Amino acid sequence: MVTTRASLDDIWGWLSEVPDPEIPVISVVDLGIIRDVAWQGDTLQVTVTPTYSGCPATAVINMEIEAALRARGIDHIALKRQIAPPWTTDWLSDTGRAKLEAYGIAPPRAAGGPARCPHCKADTVERISQFGSTPCKAQWRCTTCLEPFDYFKCI
Amino acid sequence: MSVEGLLRLGDNTLVLGQRLSAWCGHAPALEEDIALANIALDLIGQTQLWLGLAAAREGQGRDTDTLAFHRDAWDFRNLLLVEQPNRDFGVTMMRQFLFDTWHLAALTALTEHADADISAIAQKTVKEVTYHRERSTDTVIALGDGTEESHNRMQSALDRLWPYVGEMFANDDADLTDMTTLRAPFDTHVTATMAEATLVRPDSDFAHMGGKTGIRHSEHLGHMLATMQVLPRSYPDAKW
Repeated sequence: MVTTRASLDDIWGWLSEVPDPEIPVISVVDLGIIRDVAWQGDTLQVTVTPTYSGCPATAVINMEIEAALRARGIDHIALKRQIAPPWTTDWLSDTGRAKLEAYGIAPPRAAGGPARCPHCKADTVERISQFGSTPCKAQWRCTTCLEPFDYFKCI
Repeated sequence: MSVEGLLRLGDNTLVLGQRLSAWCGHAPALEEDIALANIALDLIGQTQLWLGLAAAREGQGRDTDTLAFHRDAWDFRNLLLVEQPNRDFGVTMMRQFLFDTWHLAALTALTEHADADISAIAQKTVKEVTYHRERSTDTVIALGDGTEESHNRMQSALDRLWPYVGEMFANDDADLTDMTTLRAPFDTHVTATMAEATLVRPDSDFAHMGGKTGIRHSEHLGHMLATMQVLPRSYPDAKW
């Protein structure tokens, strides 16, 4: 039997439509957790790295990746977990950063805090807590518009 | 053999992760509640990595869950420090600070380990633990140099927990890195933090031992495991 293997470009395109379950505005590709996609015979191997060791979204993300690829007709999928080199927010795409801010989550910065309020864009921000509603976020607030907001932690 | 050393790392994160989870819904402020739950989550995730590797290396057909839920207190290899009860928020945060400071030094050393799997886990987890130490350090300073009440509670927490510090730097062949070399960076960070927190480091370096070797755990561990393990032991085939 002859089967046509989908091109890797197409596969990356399909994966870029799989949303992060906690922050659906960005995709798993934007998040930088898909490290590699490769055909091994008629099996597609997708290498995924976890964001945080205990992030419960990891299991959901794996299911969604598999479901998205099956919907495109790929039957043999192997998900490989890779923890080194460890995930870093440097792998977040520029598109992902822009989408986060538009969604109301300040994107990560090496300086350790947000550059500005994602709502009113003022640079008068202060930290409320180092942790937030998911492992990847911290809580900050703007002292100009007084709105609290999530900051995507820089690691 | 490295299995024992892997169990030591995984049991530390498992026991402390379980301890911290008990704060969920009880912490003094919502932000503290969320922070403790997040740190617990990181530690349980790290447990899956360490105990997962231990089970694979052991090759006895056990998996992470078997190791976590089907061993008894004497099989555990965690430090006595992490099994100490939560008591008040001050004791919980002082325990966290002392553990995070040691943990960060240990993981930093393990990133250079010759075994690629061990080094990979250390590289992953050291980033999370850097963040944990930053937070527990800030909290110890804020409470130590806070009100008279918070200061007294933090000093009493330090006095209570100090006898559990020495075990972290005891070393034997099962350890994956030389624990004695971690004492100097630990002391530097603790001394600087205590000065800012206006807390006094106890004079005596007497140390309780027996957790990481499994020879003599405190009574507290068994009670904690009874709660943690009751479901998978009562219903061995239960699935989420």
